[in-house]
Amino acid sequence: MKNVRSFFTLFFSLLFFSFYSHSQDVDISKGKSLFNSNCAACHKLNKNLVGPKLAGVSAKYEKEWLYSWIKNSSAMIKSGDERAVAIYEEWNKVAMNAFPQLSNEDIDNILAYTDYVPEPVVTAVADAGAVQLQSESSISTDIILAVLIVILLVLISMLYLVNKTLRAIALNNGIVIEKKAKKPSKPIWILFIQNQFLVFCSVVFFLLSSAYFAYGWLMQVGIDQGYMPIQPIHYSHKIHSGANQIDCQYCHSSARVSKHSGIPSLNVCMNCHQNIAEYNGEEDLELGYTKEFYTNEIKKLYKAVGWDEERRIYTGDTEPVKWVRIHNLPDHVYFNHSQHVNVAGIECQECHGPVEEMEIAYQYSPLTMGWCINCHRESDVKVKDNDYYTKIHEELSKKYGVEKLTVAQMGGLECGKCHY
Amino acid sequence: MNKNIKKYWKSEIELTDSSKVESLRNNEFVEKLPVDDILSDKNSLENSNTNRRDFLKYLGFSTSAAVLASCEGPVHKSVPYVIQPERIRPGISNYYATSMFDGYDCANILVKTREGRPIKIENNKLAKFHGSANARVHASILSMYDSARIQGPIHLGKDISWDDFDTKIIEKLDLLRFSNKPVVLMTNTIVSPTTSKIISSFTEKYPNVTHVEYDSISESSVLDAHEMMYGIRAIPYYEFDKAKYILSIGADFLGDWLGSNYDADYAKGRIPVKIDGTASMSKHIQIESNMSVTGANADSRIPISSSLQKLFLTHLYKKVSNLNIQLPELDDKLSSNLNQIYDDLISYGSSSLVVCGIDDIHAQILTNSINDLVKSKCKSTSKISLLRQGKNKKVTDLINKIYNQEISGLIMSGVNPAYSLPNSKQFSESLEKLDFSVNISMKMDETSSKCQYVAASSHYLESWADFEFINGEYSICQPTIKTLFDTRQPEECLLKWSNSSESMYETLKENWTTNILNSNDSWNKAIHDGVYSLDKKVNFNNNSIDVVNSINALIKNKTKNFELFLYSKIGMGDGQRANNPWLQEFPDPISRVSWDNYLTVSKKDAESLGLKNYNESNGALNSNYAKVVLEDEEIKLPVIIQPGQAIGTVGISFGYGRTLGVKSEMKTGSNAFLLYKDFSKLQDVEIKPVYEIHEFACVQLHNTLMGRGDIVRETTLELFNTKDKNYWNPIPVVSKDHIETPVNKREVDIWEEFDRSIGHHFNLSIDLNACTGCGACVIACHAENNVPVVGKREIRKSRDMHWLRIDRYYSSDVSFEDDNKNKDNISGISDSLTVFGQMEDPNENPQVVFQPVMCQHCNHAPCETVCPVAASSHGRQGQNHMAYNRCVGTRYCANNCPYKVRRFNWFLYNNNDEFDFNMNDDLGKMVLNPDVVVRSRGVMEKCSFCIQSTQAVILKAKNEGREVDKNEFNDACACSAACSTGAMSFGDINNKESEVYKRKKDERVYHLLEYVGTKPNVFYHTKVRNIDKSI
Repeated sequence: MKNVRSFFTLFFSLLFFSFYSHSQDVDISKGKSLFNSNCAACHKLNKNLVGPKLAGVSAKYEKEWLYSWIKNSSAMIKSGDERAVAIYEEWNKVAMNAFPQLSNEDIDNILAYTDYVPEPVVTAVADAGAVQLQSESSISTDIILAVLIVILLVLISMLYLVNKTLRAIALNNGIVIEKKAKKPSKPIWILFIQNQFLVFCSVVFFLLSSAYFAYGWLMQVGIDQGYMPIQPIHYSHKIHSGANQIDCQYCHSSARVSKHSGIPSLNVCMNCHQNIAEYNGEEDLELGYTKEFYTNEIKKLYKAVGWDEERRIYTGDTEPVKWVRIHNLPDHVYFNHSQHVNVAGIECQECHGPVEEMEIAYQYSPLTMGWCINCHRESDVKVKDNDYYTKIHEELSKKYGVEKLTVAQMGGLECGKCHY
Repeated sequence: MNKNIKKYWKSEIELTDSSKVESLRNNEFVEKLPVDDILSDKNSLENSNTNRRDFLKYLGFSTSAAVLASCEGPVHKSVPYVIQPERIRPGISNYYATSMFDGYDCANILVKTREGRPIKIENNKLAKFHGSANARVHASILSMYDSARIQGPIHLGKDISWDDFDTKIIEKLDLLRFSNKPVVLMTNTIVSPTTSKIISSFTEKYPNVTHVEYDSISESSVLDAHEMMYGIRAIPYYEFDKAKYILSIGADFLGDWLGSNYDADYAKGRIPVKIDGTASMSKHIQIESNMSVTGANADSRIPISSSLQKLFLTHLYKKVSNLNIQLPELDDKLSSNLNQIYDDLISYGSSSLVVCGIDDIHAQILTNSINDLVKSKCKSTSKISLLRQGKNKKVTDLINKIYNQEISGLIMSGVNPAYSLPNSKQFSESLEKLDFSVNISMKMDETSSKCQYVAASSHYLESWADFEFINGEYSICQPTIKTLFDTRQPEECLLKWSNSSESMYETLKENWTTNILNSNDSWNKAIHDGVYSLDKKVNFNNNSIDVVNSINALIKNKTKNFELFLYSKIGMGDGQRANNPWLQEFPDPISRVSWDNYLTVSKKDAESLGLKNYNESNGALNSNYAKVVLEDEEIKLPVIIQPGQAIGTVGISFGYGRTLGVKSEMKTGSNAFLLYKDFSKLQDVEIKPVYEIHEFACVQLHNTLMGRGDIVRETTLELFNTKDKNYWNPIPVVSKDHIETPVNKREVDIWEEFDRSIGHHFNLSIDLNACTGCGACVIACHAENNVPVVGKREIRKSRDMHWLRIDRYYSSDVSFEDDNKNKDNISGISDSLTVFGQMEDPNENPQVVFQPVMCQHCNHAPCETVCPVAASSHGRQGQNHMAYNRCVGTRYCANNCPYKVRRFNWFLYNNNDEFDFNMNDDLGKMVLNPDVVVRSRGVMEKCSFCIQSTQAVILKAKNEGREVDKNEFNDACACSAACSTGAMSFGDINNKESEVYKRKKDERVYHLLEYVGTKPNVFYHTKVRNIDKSI
């Protein structure tokens, strides 16, 4: 879902485009799509990326010059065009790709798109409207609440008054309202103590239940299910894995081959974040996860990896991130991710839970030995298309008389398979 | 006192001065605690700052603080790379081919690294020569993580920057050059083509510098003889795999002789494989004075003194060459031996090889001549070994010059003469007086501490280098980690000082691409392989030699007192790795003593000198001391009575007695280099007994087998070829209903049998014929399985932690066979007592056998059934699992194990100042294998068949979706991967194509203590000796 701001921007710009396209012979929306497919990898409208920002570029250079530059910039540099060489020098001597496939018309469309400035007034108005709307709705709920409370108070006082009147009427008519006579009785705890059987039963019950709870408490010692530490950088799996649908193993690539799933090194982050410097997605205002908040977290990444946003270079001045480890098996347990991810083909979520919904990552499973063993008892070994299992599966399934083998039948409950 | 009661005594004092002992015995505490004094002294009690209430307050506070602190779980931090290096993936090992040469050991190796840190040395199978690491090379990885390393350059005892250091040195060198004062560059043998170039450009820049190569243990006599006879100063290249008849006169070629690794080649000829019903194997005769590893492996061994060996050699030469010369007579026994050996030598002809370890150019000349006369094809005519280059004369000249202050400056690299020279004291004093002295060293050792400048050197795993161990066979040494400290390899220092801006890598690459590599071979491939071969041949001249002169020289010398033969131990070598706790705790293959060197004497001499070895009631070995006097030098060291030591001879090993640059625990033994006069291992010494008690850490209590053929089986080649298997390798029988039933029959088995035919079933095969007892497997196991070092005190209590031990047995009779006969002839209890008593005593010249023993992974394991918490259980793949976290430390399993292979953690051996070895400092812990848990106090541990690696091999196959390759498992076990001789082979016997399956079908197979019925998954091969009764 787009947020309100961009929705309005889009809406108005679309309106504007359609109007604009009629007035001149260029198509801004076409220009936009051309821009996105050809230029966006290196250019942004209002920000320098690999190449310079392009907003208002047509004002700086004449059209003919731009045509030939876009179609073949390196030829221009070679020919010694002064301005071309200047650009080349300024941008780290990286020549721009040639785009001979673009017609002059296409370039006109792109330039129209880069020249178009969405009117700030419009967005401001839209913003104000949104804020107003929001405040109105909150006022109305308050009023409703107040009205309801008033009605309730009125009702209570009315009932009290009715009761009072009725009593007065009854008194006037000579009806005596009897009060229940209280029997002299022993307090309940004395009765309880006198009943020895009950005492016995409850003592037994008390002991058993306390033993139960004590055992339960002891058994959770060292189990960190639900452990959700605060990380040095607020990294949201919800945004990356949920909203953006990035595959788990894009970042945790060693899970396929190694015992560790691996925390991605920061250069993996920079694969995308070299170009994504600000957050433009959904916000959660109640928890304070605003765009500014997320953008600020990206800045933390840049600081850690030593990326100079302005000059777009690595400064070499790094501060490795000290993540707080969430899943932590004891030293005497051997666990291998590749066995489970690559060989068994288990989804990450089976053990790690709905990571794609986690704003803050936490430990989903108890990671106890019982939990491991249960799964080993219940899960079938994925033998299909793996030549390692062909022979052993054939022989074992004959021995046990089953078609599918559980991990336990394969020997997955033996102590030494995980403890050495 | 009743005279019939036997008296037991703990120490000498008890016998001589019993009153003192008596009084000590009555006091439980040696010193009385002054409790009453403190309590009665009111004054000091009242004035004391801490009263009882305070004490309780502190106690209460600290207890509650500890409780509170333990409530919160620890927070673990994970710090990923900022930019992850391409090939490093956490959890996956990378292997790099490299090679090493430290002036003593050489090897082409693979280095296993995890997360960029080297953790283990493995053999490089691509290497045709020297492709296997010995025990010291395996342990050398720990020397990199040595906390005693110097971490930056030092000038006059103060830390200094490299820039200042270089400026100062260049200034000084220039000054000396302009005034043309002589400076000497003293290094170990240089086998590196590139380093030679760097040194020559250094001496070009400074013409006043001369280069002298110095080997701490010299092989100059071999080199000199070779130069004299063939015109090339080099070590002959012996091919033991081609030899059918090996006669070694004092050459410990399975030990450190000539710096080569001959084990693998030697073992190839030692395994009898039957072709058409007859097997053949090489025959090995050893004539020596000390009991060496080589002697222990020989078929026949003749223990005689070195002077007799020389005489024997001349007689042999006389016979082979038909020379007419008058020689002193040999005694009857020796002359009959001589005749037999001569006959064999002639009949084997060109397949025979004579090697000689006597430090005498004349002995070497005769040996070479005999080989030439029998036209031995086992001495290569085109290859030479370049591992030793030192020339005694040059070194002696240099040292005299230093003594006389005839040189002004000395630059040293890779040597430690202040320790390894016989008159090291004089050397140190002269060194201090020199105008200019530099040592390029990893340690603040005996030499460094006397030098003005100490350049911190890098470990070979942090360095670039190349080597040419054998002509035309090149090796590359590449760094596997960035330098841990601010160190530089020696070559870089020399480059800097000759004002070169090139790095070692650049120089190396340039030298290789221009001078070594063929135009169509790639540099990258050479680095990847670690080795590179060129077809380079040398041509030998045939200079005429005055043999008679040599013979006369040999028969001249006679020893007056005791003949001392200095040797090097497999554990310590020449002593440069003395600070390595793995090697200190490595039990010597022969004596089984760790943490010490000692004087080996024969039993007869010990008796005449009144020297004793005896065991304490807990099994610990004690001994007397002896003073060894040579001219003005005198060292005192403990005595080991060595079966097989030639009468009238004694032996001491080099490598011990280091005083500087080593931790205090490692300052063990005495320095035998003090007796290494004139670079001769042979010395005439006086022995004076000292009746003090020395405490040894010896891991083996019994020296002999006592006729228990179920432990070690052996037979002769003749019986092996002629008799049925049941004769020389019968299956033991047990009694069932008074009928003898073979123990492998189902009806005598009290266990239920599991079906092990599905999946993998691991077995380890150990061929006693190929095992030379070299101990590489012991150290490899240490490195792979994070086995802790426990120190001398604990070893003495039999608390060693070695998962793999190599038992050494002597025969009490002349041979093991006679032992067995002796045992079988016992009748009656009284007879048995006397005979067994005699059998406990090893023979004067016993046969020796080495037997590696680790957990036998019994299919019917006695340890598993007695564990009350099921911490020990059996896996389907045949491994006996040990769940450490489940173990509560009852030690029932160890008590019920018939093989005594389980090890108990009596203490916490890591992070414990009481055990200040590599696991007690952050640096030393970097060598730990992250796939194996570090055990804690109170749990049992043992060999796991390297389950972490077998599982890794399986997982690799699963990940790649294929079956496990037939011999892929062999390298999973650290011991079998380290075994260079092929004595150990590990694998899956359910794979009918695997090597181990083939071995299991061999008729020499037997199991250790088979009659117990444990059905082990480790099996041994009966040792076959190519024995001739006449010797």
